[in-house]
Amino acid sequence: MPRSMRADNAIYRSSSLIQTAIEEIRRTVTRPWVIMEICGGQTHAILRYGLDQLLPPEIELVHGPGCPVCVTSLELIDKALEIASQPEVIFTSYGDMLRVPGSGRDLFTVRAEGGDVRVVYSPLDAVKLAQQNPNRQVVFFAIGFETTAPPNAMSVLQARALGLKNYSVLVSHVCVPPAIHAILGAADNRVQGFLLAGHVCTVMGYHQYPEIARQYGVPMTVAGFEPLDIAGGILETARMLETGKVEVANAYPRVVTRAGNQAAQTVIAQVMEVCDRKWRGIGIIPQSGWKLRQEFAAFDAEERFSVSSIQPSESPLCIAGQILQGLKKPPDCPAFGELCTPEHPLGATMVSSEGACAAYHQYSRGA
Amino acid sequence: MIAPACPLPLPHAERIVLGHGSGGKMSHDLIKRVFLPAFDNTALRAGDDGGVIPPMGTLRLALSTDSHVVSPLFFPGGDIGRLAVCGTVNDVAMMGAAPLYLTAGFILEEGLEVATLQRVVEGMRAAAEEASVQIIAGDTKVVQKGKADGLYITTSGVGMVMEGANVSGVNAQPGDVVILSGPVGDHGIAVLAARGDLGFEVEVSSDVAPLNRLTQAILNAAPPGMVHVLRDPTRGGLATTLNEIARQSQAAIKIEESRVAVRPAVAAACEMLGFDPLYIANEGKLIAIVARESAETVLQAMQATRYGEEAAIIGEVQASPQGRVLVKTPLGATRIVDMLAGEMLPRIC
Repeated sequence: MPRSMRADNAIYRSSSLIQTAIEEIRRTVTRPWVIMEICGGQTHAILRYGLDQLLPPEIELVHGPGCPVCVTSLELIDKALEIASQPEVIFTSYGDMLRVPGSGRDLFTVRAEGGDVRVVYSPLDAVKLAQQNPNRQVVFFAIGFETTAPPNAMSVLQARALGLKNYSVLVSHVCVPPAIHAILGAADNRVQGFLLAGHVCTVMGYHQYPEIARQYGVPMTVAGFEPLDIAGGILETARMLETGKVEVANAYPRVVTRAGNQAAQTVIAQVMEVCDRKWRGIGIIPQSGWKLRQEFAAFDAEERFSVSSIQPSESPLCIAGQILQGLKKPPDCPAFGELCTPEHPLGATMVSSEGACAAYHQYSRGA
Repeated sequence: MIAPACPLPLPHAERIVLGHGSGGKMSHDLIKRVFLPAFDNTALRAGDDGGVIPPMGTLRLALSTDSHVVSPLFFPGGDIGRLAVCGTVNDVAMMGAAPLYLTAGFILEEGLEVATLQRVVEGMRAAAEEASVQIIAGDTKVVQKGKADGLYITTSGVGMVMEGANVSGVNAQPGDVVILSGPVGDHGIAVLAARGDLGFEVEVSSDVAPLNRLTQAILNAAPPGMVHVLRDPTRGGLATTLNEIARQSQAAIKIEESRVAVRPAVAAACEMLGFDPLYIANEGKLIAIVARESAETVLQAMQATRYGEEAAIIGEVQASPQGRVLVKTPLGATRIVDMLAGEMLPRIC
């Protein structure tokens, strides 16, 4: 998420303001409602502050698939592991991808076996590494939602401008609107209202959502990540649910505009195009991801390294898929907290700190 | 929608990964699986940061050891030398002992500049002087270039257990008060920032400091037997250390998050990286768990010392849920904080 947005936020954590918002929610609701927060960052904040304990019992929060680490497909992780194992490669990644298990290994294992795996804080750091190591191949694991797409795309533009032949990206970008379609379109959907991910909307705006809201009759509210932002988002959604309004409200106007960040959107469009994408635990969602455009194929790690014949194997024990769709909650899983813990994750939702299972485990709900 | 699926677990049982050195659960598992069965004895089983040697007459000695592999070697507020001395001084002090003598083992990488070594040694000298300990034996080995990251230091220390002191992580009792000596997270964030790859500046210095004067002040302030636990929350941070104590003592520890001080610069860096300050390493802080009737006296004694000026009561020990650490959030809700699992990883967004 944008770094500048996260400083100096005491007011959005003010206990009295949050209590006031919760009181207002309590006065507003007259019957049970199921609201999904799409973003893993929001799930984390809800559990960290114990917001769910303070809400009236009528409001049930279910946790969405908005954790990019959790939904990156096993095939892609296996490809990452294979590329990272090659001796000429410096494999770079955001930190929390290192612990995600592929078929039997993770990036920690690769590193322990001698692979050069490094945590970077930005893909532009990876470009710098490529400049500094002209005899090595530097690969960046470009995962994430719309939020991380601009810097990832920018790194490719920068590598091209620098004439780098040793930089490539392994792309597994996913987009929020198609995931909401998939969730609301499922026969067993329970979700009646949505909190939209504030930082995704910072980049993309929220003009795509009214149509989805109308199609399924489900109101949505753009919400931020501080407890007051989330409480405000829930309040706004509850008001619409109670009055039968089906609209998209913006409860995060200090950051999000309807049109979003046009410059960032231009960079994404220049480098990436929409594709079908497989989500871990959910399956293929049509038109739900981004891949590099053909003209940037030279920077595509999947093209540069031959890793197409991977046959991943998943164990059937974990219910990450149902959790990511809001059908189940982490404690419903028989493996939760027993066989599956953050240090021995069975599923991706237990791996990232934004994963619903990890958040539940860390804050020990239902354990 | 296809049937959901998940990968097999990765216990990392076959090969050492960095997480085994995190001080969290993976470290504990390794100790339990590899070291404890081989070395099993009473002192080790207590699970403290040091061991107390069975009394020889009236003499009770505490012994501890600590290896230091920090990168970079120099960081705001300290260096690997000061860290190596303070780490062991503090481990001995947390046993209720006055640290007296240290040994130091150096593993040097071929090519290391002697001037660098001299700076590190000067850091050790100054810290030893401050802590009033002497380094009375040492060892030096050199490994080939590329086989070590500049230099590593292992120190061991011995100290005399103070009269009447009986301090161990197993001694926390329901009703006890938990005191923290100052703000958390300074060391971990200072070292991370000193590596220079964060992309933003953080104005924070490591808190690395010898705490033996502070522990002495605590033990002198309270009547014998009233100070139950002393522990410095190093790797894994306050959350991990409190979990260790809760498990050792088979009790629950409840703290109030708003009472745990975090410097604004540390809080801001944690926000950006997706870290929780409760899990960030400290090298100059301690937790004192004391009987309620002595809490106020101990707190005042701490606040009167150099490294305890910002000491505060942060919570208490309860009977249940056994082995758990509860945190009251600023909103009044309660969450449970667990130990650090493996390596701390910055979040993607």
